[in-house]
Amino acid sequence: MAAVGTFSRVVRLSSCFGRRCRLISNSAQRRGIASCIDPAHGLSDEQKEFQKMAFDFAANEMSPHMAEWDEKEIFPVETMRKAAQLGFGGIYVQPEVGGSGLSRLDTSVIFEALSTGCVSTTAYLSIHNMCNWMIDTFGNTEQREKYCPELCMMDKFASYCLTEPGSGSDAASLLTTAKLEGDHYVLNGSKAFISGGGDTDVYIVMCRTGGKGPKGISCVVVEKDTPGLSFGKKEKKMGWNSQPTRAVILEDCRVPVTSRLGQEGQGFNIAMRGLNGGRINIASCSLGAAHACVQLARDHLLVRKQFGETLSSNQFLQFKLAEMATKLVASRLLVREAALALQEGRSDAVSLCSMAKLFVTDECFNICNQALQMHGGYGYLKDYAVQQFVRDIRVHQILEGTNEVMRMIIARSLLSESG
Amino acid sequence: ENTKIRVKPDHSGVVTDGVKHSMNPFCEIAVEEAVKLKEKKLIKEVVAVSCGPTQVTETIRTALAMGCDRGIHVEVSGKDYEAMGPLQISKIFAALAKKEEASLIILGKQAIDDDCNQTGQMTAALLDWPQGTFASEVTIDGEKVKVVREIDGGLETIKISMPAVLTADLRLNTPRYATLPNIMKAKKKKIANMKPADLGVDMVSRVEVLRVDEPPTRLAGVKVETVDDLVAKLRANGTI
Repeated sequence: MAAVGTFSRVVRLSSCFGRRCRLISNSAQRRGIASCIDPAHGLSDEQKEFQKMAFDFAANEMSPHMAEWDEKEIFPVETMRKAAQLGFGGIYVQPEVGGSGLSRLDTSVIFEALSTGCVSTTAYLSIHNMCNWMIDTFGNTEQREKYCPELCMMDKFASYCLTEPGSGSDAASLLTTAKLEGDHYVLNGSKAFISGGGDTDVYIVMCRTGGKGPKGISCVVVEKDTPGLSFGKKEKKMGWNSQPTRAVILEDCRVPVTSRLGQEGQGFNIAMRGLNGGRINIASCSLGAAHACVQLARDHLLVRKQFGETLSSNQFLQFKLAEMATKLVASRLLVREAALALQEGRSDAVSLCSMAKLFVTDECFNICNQALQMHGGYGYLKDYAVQQFVRDIRVHQILEGTNEVMRMIIARSLLSESG
Repeated sequence: ENTKIRVKPDHSGVVTDGVKHSMNPFCEIAVEEAVKLKEKKLIKEVVAVSCGPTQVTETIRTALAMGCDRGIHVEVSGKDYEAMGPLQISKIFAALAKKEEASLIILGKQAIDDDCNQTGQMTAALLDWPQGTFASEVTIDGEKVKVVREIDGGLETIKISMPAVLTADLRLNTPRYATLPNIMKAKKKKIANMKPADLGVDMVSRVEVLRVDEPPTRLAGVKVETVDDLVAKLRANGTI
């Protein structure tokens, strides 16, 4: 340290100096002394390494572009491929087909960190991961070897196609048919609100091969450029603008029977099993946004002055910030517990995943919204990241099963005969 | 990661408790260069070394996850750690280099907490090895190393024989992110543990920190109307 005399230079213990001094425009990734909300608490050393790496990636590769991706509706293929090179394309897919073989908890930690850089892009990454896992888990050897390695490297991108114009919450009533003709299925129908639709390569389509209800549904992999596969217009959305959303239209679209994942009639089960993990991932994305917003709000309170003092001297705002932090930590604990339950195959896993999705997406939206309010007029400007976090996570309360459907699942579990 | 730095109430140093530490950015660049040399098959093995308390093993793990083969943790804690400076670290590195029969020592040019910029140079002096400091480009050519150095006047290219000490400057490379598989592989890599005494190094500091103060608060300036006024003011406060 210093020789004799006063220490005349400002000491920086941990500055954003690496990576050629890239400036961080949305400096929400600070990991300074707000240690009560530190997302590293309770993690193993290895998980802390994953988390650190994901936070660095989010800060350097995503955060500086998040606003531009939103404004110009750019699907950041190159950035996602960089993420895939680090192992983010198949986080819980098995290593023998190119995945990273990590646990659901590891995955949650990673998506939470990445989300602080861009919610929309991380959410798409999570959907891609979910599709990859579905093929890895329910596909046969040929299917796994055909699709998973390329999906893990993100040489190819995937979409999950369940929702239709006529069946959202009532997913099992879907109408897209798959008629067996020799050694092909002929698909007819349309899917709505498909994330990545039109820009992705591999479509996991839930379709009806049998009778009514869930037991008549199968899961089929349809590749881009298959004749009969087309797309609707790109939807204009409130948020999630770094991923295109389109209708997926199937008109006499022929796919070989060998593209079916699992057995006929197993499709709905496959779709729901995929969504359990998907719900943890989406909740984790909400967590990251809320964490970033709590830090942004805190920083703003320390800087903004009114009535002769910084806002941080105002007791109402202090209490509000404390409530936000408390709900954030509570949310984090619930998501991580749900992740543990799922990876351990516990009997309460499905309910916990639903509870986590319900609680966390709602609470984190409120946290982000409250953070926007604390910014006053500035919070409404697109120069400030907080409004994008609010717009981006609003849809988490709706997709992958609305929060109302989450209540249905939980109530059913509570009120069932064997409960 | 901009934590506000505070001076301890007793002015003996800076508060480090509760502040998240991570690998010095120039050291990241040094690790990256070493791993790149190994990938080019120009060197056989990369050993990551850190001196300090238990927490530094986290930093060594990060280096392992970036591609180093094994680590060495030289344990220094408590008063010894507070007093530890470039001289003590250089002695440790020199002893280790001899023990490990190293042909290259690659360091960051300086640490961003104390900005000393001395360890690389002192280590080379203790070993009587050539040094290529402020390196922005490193090329191995047989038993020699060509180093392009960033100096005040521009760029200087030198050729030095191995074994040698190199210190990394900002533009040497862009450090990679550790990949998930490499982070997992790093768990299995070994980190040896030893103390300075095991290397025959005395940790006594030749430097005593008398006092640490924050920089003086910037005073408001004074506006003057004419050059004559400026000259008069400068004369009055003794500047000219």
